[in-house]
Amino acid sequence: MEFLVASAIGVMTAGGLYLVLRLRTFPVIMGISLLTYAVNVFLFASGRLTLGAPPILTDAERYTDPLPQALVLTAIVISFGMTAVIVMIALGAYLGADDDHVDDPAKGDTAAEDKA
Amino acid sequence: MTHWIIAPVVLPAMLAPFIVLAARYHIGIQRVFSVAGVLALIAIAAGLTWQASDGTVTLYQLGDWAAPFGIVLVADRLSTMMVLLTGVLALFVVLYAIGSGWDSRGRHFHALFQFQLMGIMGAFLTGDLFNLFVFFEVLLIASYGLMIHAGGNARLRAGVQYVLYNLLGSTLFLFALGALYAQTGTLNMADLAERVAMIDAADTVGIRIASVMLLMVFAVKAALVPLHFWLPSSYAEAPAPVAALFAIMTKVGAYAIIRVYTLIFGPDVAATEGLHGLWLMPLALVSLAIGMVGVLAARQFDRLVAYSVIGSMGMVMVSIALFTQAGIAAALYYIIHSTLAAGALFLITDLARAGRSDLDLTAQPPIAGGPLTAALFFVAAIAMAGLPPLSGFVGKLLILDAGFASGWVIWIWAVVLGSSLVSVVGFARAGSTLFWKARSVTVPDDVDEPEDTKSLENAEATLHGEARLVPSTLSYAAVGGLLSLLVLHTVLAGPVYRYTDATASQLFGPDDYVSTVLDTKGKLTRPKAESPEGSYGGAGDHGAPEGDAKEEGH
Repeated sequence: MEFLVASAIGVMTAGGLYLVLRLRTFPVIMGISLLTYAVNVFLFASGRLTLGAPPILTDAERYTDPLPQALVLTAIVISFGMTAVIVMIALGAYLGADDDHVDDPAKGDTAAEDKA
Repeated sequence: MTHWIIAPVVLPAMLAPFIVLAARYHIGIQRVFSVAGVLALIAIAAGLTWQASDGTVTLYQLGDWAAPFGIVLVADRLSTMMVLLTGVLALFVVLYAIGSGWDSRGRHFHALFQFQLMGIMGAFLTGDLFNLFVFFEVLLIASYGLMIHAGGNARLRAGVQYVLYNLLGSTLFLFALGALYAQTGTLNMADLAERVAMIDAADTVGIRIASVMLLMVFAVKAALVPLHFWLPSSYAEAPAPVAALFAIMTKVGAYAIIRVYTLIFGPDVAATEGLHGLWLMPLALVSLAIGMVGVLAARQFDRLVAYSVIGSMGMVMVSIALFTQAGIAAALYYIIHSTLAAGALFLITDLARAGRSDLDLTAQPPIAGGPLTAALFFVAAIAMAGLPPLSGFVGKLLILDAGFASGWVIWIWAVVLGSSLVSVVGFARAGSTLFWKARSVTVPDDVDEPEDTKSLENAEATLHGEARLVPSTLSYAAVGGLLSLLVLHTVLAGPVYRYTDATASQLFGPDDYVSTVLDTKGKLTRPKAESPEGSYGGAGDHGAPEGDAKEEGH
């Protein structure tokens, strides 16, 4: 199981990084999403992988560390909100400039775009 | 006094929704509440600073949960000083935003402004790394809104880059936190400090990786050079008052580095041996050099100021990377200086924009109010470039002096002095082009209508006509206020340096901090009989930790 989780995190991170290095906003946003999935699983695994144990202190012999689950919950909410924000800003930039490149345009370009 | 610690976070957090809900369509009421809120913040911050100035470390347990499990806020000299600095900067920024009408060019400026303050204050006060992440996100999400305030295409595009870069930084932050938690089982800073120190020198690999990842995250926030790419275009495109407020955001990165790398990963800890000398110092020197070369190379006035921010962060980082008490003390002095100077410079770019079609460093017809703007720019540029007699010079002297004892002395002296010369030339070129060469240009007839309507604010400027050509008195007053604070910072250099020196010595003796956070009542390890029964949330219970803290502080 450790190998499975570790390789899943690795593959998602690699894919995410590859996509983030693209030039257009859509792949970059997908890359960011993949990276946040990877980091969520990573956070989850940081409290050790335990199967079939409750995440609270009980009388049971074994229990899962509850804190990473709380951390992941927070991280999911935040990354969800952030993804929504970046989608909206990117959409605004795309609709305004008719061009979804992430990089800085040359100076002449913006002037031309704004006049149009 | 214990409850006051939460006030800098709660007050803007309550004010912002109030402004959105109740004063949505009344810009006047928004302004009144915003200014009143910032004034109240300054008063609270001054109180907290006074409280912490005798070395007391005060603890606030959120929800009365004890330290390693509950989230705590901690007010010591460093955090209260940064909170006060933020409040003072915010006051002048909000006054300028009102004076120049920036706040009415889009919606919800004041609400976002308050949320931004909440995030910054929280980041300075928190004693928990995950909570630091959360407050980073709060301040970032507000800054996204502020960054694209008043719209415009160039601004949106710069905003996309800014948000993406910071999202990547946040992801890296989470990876670092996960790695740290997997190694130590805690994210409370004081608890981490104890546990990291206990780790065997033999198995520090994981901790080392986590600490380097954390350093990278904070370096992104502080715009240290290989990670600075987001800064120039986003700061140049952001509305001027917002960029001025952002001057404190790079300092949040510097603050986090100082806090984490004195408290948790001190220079003596085996896990981070060589990190400061090997990595931080060369990068800091390179940022300083690149920032100042950028000042010389910039073709637009706002880019020039953005690069000078990178350069001044490099200067702060050089001093931090020394990791001596003198180094940190000098860094703190310089942080105060460069926050005020960068804030003033960003506001001056906006003053200079009034009446001009763009901020290109080319000769353009002279503008109304030009001489006054030029004078303000002159003072701010002297401060930023580090010429005597202003505080930039004093700060540089302190840093050079602190660097004297280290092995890097030749490099530090060479880069600091060389980059100062370059930045003086850069600022002189910008100033003479903007304000002197204007005299040699004949005024065309259509000076009122900028032909190159670059973005919305220029369209707005044309709409308002003359009103926009001469900035209001309040705008000048706000910039003048910031500059007079710089003068004050120079005149009071002695007392201020004594304060930052005491702060640095507190940072290098973190025992007070750790014991205040961890040895407070309510911990699971203590027998239950010790805490008075049924007093959870009662007034009597809160007095006790403060008393303990005060005793330990002395």
